[in-house]
Amino acid sequence: MATYNLDVTKEHCPMTFVKTKIELNKLQKGDVLNVRVTEGEPLENIPKSAVEQGFTVLSVEPTEVQGIYSIRIEK
Amino acid sequence: MNKRFAIYPTAEKRKKMATDNQAKKLSIIAFSGDFDKLTAVFTLATGAASVGYEVNLFFTFWGLDAIKVKQGRAPVGKGFLPKVFGVMMGGLKASPVSRLNFLGLSPKIFRYLMRKNHVATLEELVEAAKQLGINFYACEMAMHVLGLQKTDFIPEVKDVLGVASFLSLSEGGQTLFI
Repeated sequence: MATYNLDVTKEHCPMTFVKTKIELNKLQKGDVLNVRVTEGEPLENIPKSAVEQGFTVLSVEPTEVQGIYSIRIEK
Repeated sequence: MNKRFAIYPTAEKRKKMATDNQAKKLSIIAFSGDFDKLTAVFTLATGAASVGYEVNLFFTFWGLDAIKVKQGRAPVGKGFLPKVFGVMMGGLKASPVSRLNFLGLSPKIFRYLMRKNHVATLEELVEAAKQLGINFYACEMAMHVLGLQKTDFIPEVKDVLGVASFLSLSEGGQTLFI
């Protein structure tokens, strides 16, 4: 059960979703992906689409940086 | 604001969402070989695939330029006229912008601006589309007219189709013509 990190705060649509999805595809059951996202569309939709695709969203927490959040997704 | 409520659906809701997910499908008829319109095609396609859609791209006419193995200007095609077209149209890297092309300068400016502003370039989007397992199809009729064969296209092109096959593939989903 490994933990991976991904930062998509510098990316824009659609690469925020694309990079997250490509990383999610690599996860084995029980693995966790930490994604750092900006507020707005990525924050609203990355957890939603992860759940829709059968992943579990463990948490969505603000980080030490204003406007940036960390999403923990488990396969 | 507590976002937890929105992202922790009940098991029942999650099951329903997973079922609904199966019907999520986007099919795009990529008619244009223009840089900007292809960018729209691949932005929509990769975005949709990333959020769990099944995506079908059906390349026809000028759109076929986007999936050629030779991305520059090359005499691809069988016969004299197709070869002339092949050189004039070129592949993905030679695609013009639909407005204000400035003899091919504009696509270079766009690529520069995209990189500078951390927006994915057309080539990056195509690469992402391949990684996401998006289905690429080529139009049989347009290939015939332009003297192109399946081997002229990138190996990700799954099949060569006609209208009837495309309609059955896209049935039950959303379809766009770009």
